[in-house]
Amino acid sequence: MNNMPKTPKDIKIALVGSPNCGKSSLFNTLTGSRQKVANYPGVTVERRSGNYTTTDNQKIILIDLPGIYSLKDRTLDERVSREVITGVHKSESRPDILLCVADSTNLRVHLRLVLELKHLGLPVILALNMRDLAERDGITIDPKILSKELGIPVVNTVAVRSGTLEDLKAELSQSISNLIPPKDAVQSPPTRELQKQARALAQAAIVSEGTHHKVTRQLDKVLLHPFLGIVIFFITLFGMFQLVYFWAEAPMNLIEEGFRLLQGFITTILPDNWFRSLLVHGIIAGVGSVLVFLPQILILFTFILILEATGYMARAAFIMDRLMAMVGLNGRAFIPLMSSFACAIPGIMATRTIEHHRDRITTIMIAPLMTCSARIPVYALLIGAVVPNHSVFYGLLGLQGLVLFGLYLVGIVSALLVAAVLKMTLTKGVAQPFLMELPKYQLPVLKHLLINLWERARIFLKRAGTIILYSAIGLWVLAQYPKKPLGATEPDIYYSYAGTLGRYLQYIFEPIGFTWEISIALIPGMAAREVAIGALGTVYALQGNENQIEQGLRAVIQNSWSLPTAFAFLAWYVFAPQCLATLATVRRETNSWAWTGFMTGYLFALAYGAAFVVNKVTIALLA
Amino acid sequence: MVYLSDLNKGEEAKILGFEAERCKDIEFARDLEDRLLEIGFEEGLTVKILHEGPISRDPIAVRIGQMTVALRRMEAAAVKISNGKA
Repeated sequence: MNNMPKTPKDIKIALVGSPNCGKSSLFNTLTGSRQKVANYPGVTVERRSGNYTTTDNQKIILIDLPGIYSLKDRTLDERVSREVITGVHKSESRPDILLCVADSTNLRVHLRLVLELKHLGLPVILALNMRDLAERDGITIDPKILSKELGIPVVNTVAVRSGTLEDLKAELSQSISNLIPPKDAVQSPPTRELQKQARALAQAAIVSEGTHHKVTRQLDKVLLHPFLGIVIFFITLFGMFQLVYFWAEAPMNLIEEGFRLLQGFITTILPDNWFRSLLVHGIIAGVGSVLVFLPQILILFTFILILEATGYMARAAFIMDRLMAMVGLNGRAFIPLMSSFACAIPGIMATRTIEHHRDRITTIMIAPLMTCSARIPVYALLIGAVVPNHSVFYGLLGLQGLVLFGLYLVGIVSALLVAAVLKMTLTKGVAQPFLMELPKYQLPVLKHLLINLWERARIFLKRAGTIILYSAIGLWVLAQYPKKPLGATEPDIYYSYAGTLGRYLQYIFEPIGFTWEISIALIPGMAAREVAIGALGTVYALQGNENQIEQGLRAVIQNSWSLPTAFAFLAWYVFAPQCLATLATVRRETNSWAWTGFMTGYLFALAYGAAFVVNKVTIALLA
Repeated sequence: MVYLSDLNKGEEAKILGFEAERCKDIEFARDLEDRLLEIGFEEGLTVKILHEGPISRDPIAVRIGQMTVALRRMEAAAVKISNGKA
């Protein structure tokens, strides 16, 4: 470590604290929108950093370390936090000051971490957060006693209200100007000893005890009621999905229309050459096919963030835990999996709330098996074409609806089976306790919601967007070149690389009943699932607008696809990872090419296997 | 001996100690006591079962001091409690 005096802009302060102490709120309030979210290299631990300007006009860096109960290396979060604080982390330099955030309403528990942090050789400032809630519950703490006993500065804060942070801001400036050089970390006493000290400290500093948060107590009586709780939970989910589809419809149409106008505009201003084709049919069509899901993704994220911020997410985990435990998962996996029914991308990103690495990986691996909304157009086309519109069970149910329901069910059951198998093999390990604090209910802060929403949107656009852009260009090249020879009769795509590749793929796909037309359509269909419809239209050389192409395709499927082929195609789409944006998200969230590769491989293998079985069984049944 | 996992909804008791070795999984048991301590379980404190999960009355939500903690009954089996009401 260098002992040179640091210039003010090098100063780095790390926020540390237990889960639910309001640390991230404090971080959001201090840094505003000037923050960056990434992963620490090689691990799935999120690195949040931002800029903060002190009252003396110094620019310093704030980093928000993950929420932890201790620094024992048991979880990745704990290990990364300890490495950063003690200065042995590979990429993150050692902070100069630790800003420890503690929940005032739960001082006894949170003080233990403060005591542990004091052994790590860095100056510590303690922020007693949620002062307002503590006051409402009748809890009074004397910060002076705490400061004297701990030998560190102690300030009161209400993280969600920037007006209450004057003391903290003054203390930060004070500590920066009297910066003490870091010392080496020393071994801290065992948990039990720290806890004894924490309890004595809390007893000395708490002037009055207060009661258990009243609103939380009353709300939980209803929301965790064994019957009412489940009803409310499912109504919440149902409402969430209704709104995801209802609210997303108009902006999705708008985006589609916008891209169509853009295509039309470029077609009129550019001469008909390869560049125009690249722009119109490659980039705009490809990127548009993925961006059209952005409204759904954002609305889902909004709901997930609200569930998180209010404290309801932990209750949802409580209600669903027993069910999820049956396949070796944690209750926290439920909401991400549920979200994946709209789109796997927000679902996979929502797995960040799952604390344990292995549980998180397992959940990510099965998320794409939930039937997402991009599959619906594919299912609808196929079912409409090959399943007769009969009613079954004495006219109570439609056969088409029943088949659609069956496809959803196959996805869910497969996901649970895959989870169970993974838990016994690749993600095998010591069971993780469910043990979790149910935080107090709080109203979400609009500004923090928007910051987080923007962050999620940015990650999706940047990460998925770049991959989609490159793959759109790649897929366009595959589908456009080489050009059709003069006098040839098949559609253009037949002679292209995609066509050639598709015809080779046909050798692989023949056993599952796919024709060369289908094999070719699957290649551009990698961009997003519903793109396969447009691609089939191209392969069958259908002309006209979207509706006309769908009509045409329905006729083609009815006339020239055999029933075993159509059913095999449906089975393929239950499993196949035909969505590069999802794969890009998995790569980002797992921070691992190996897991991304594994997911791609196992899903294609399942898709092939399922399509094969369905094809052969249908052939046998029809014989 | 009575353990936290034996209590029903609405009942309360005083924590006497921890017996993580009651868990079949040794690796799991090793961490469990520390984790219970860290989240706020401690000898001498009163615990009360506030809520039970909808299926098999598992997991449970208990009150310790000012906070509510959710845990599975399997984990609660490691918390030794006083016999009868606290």
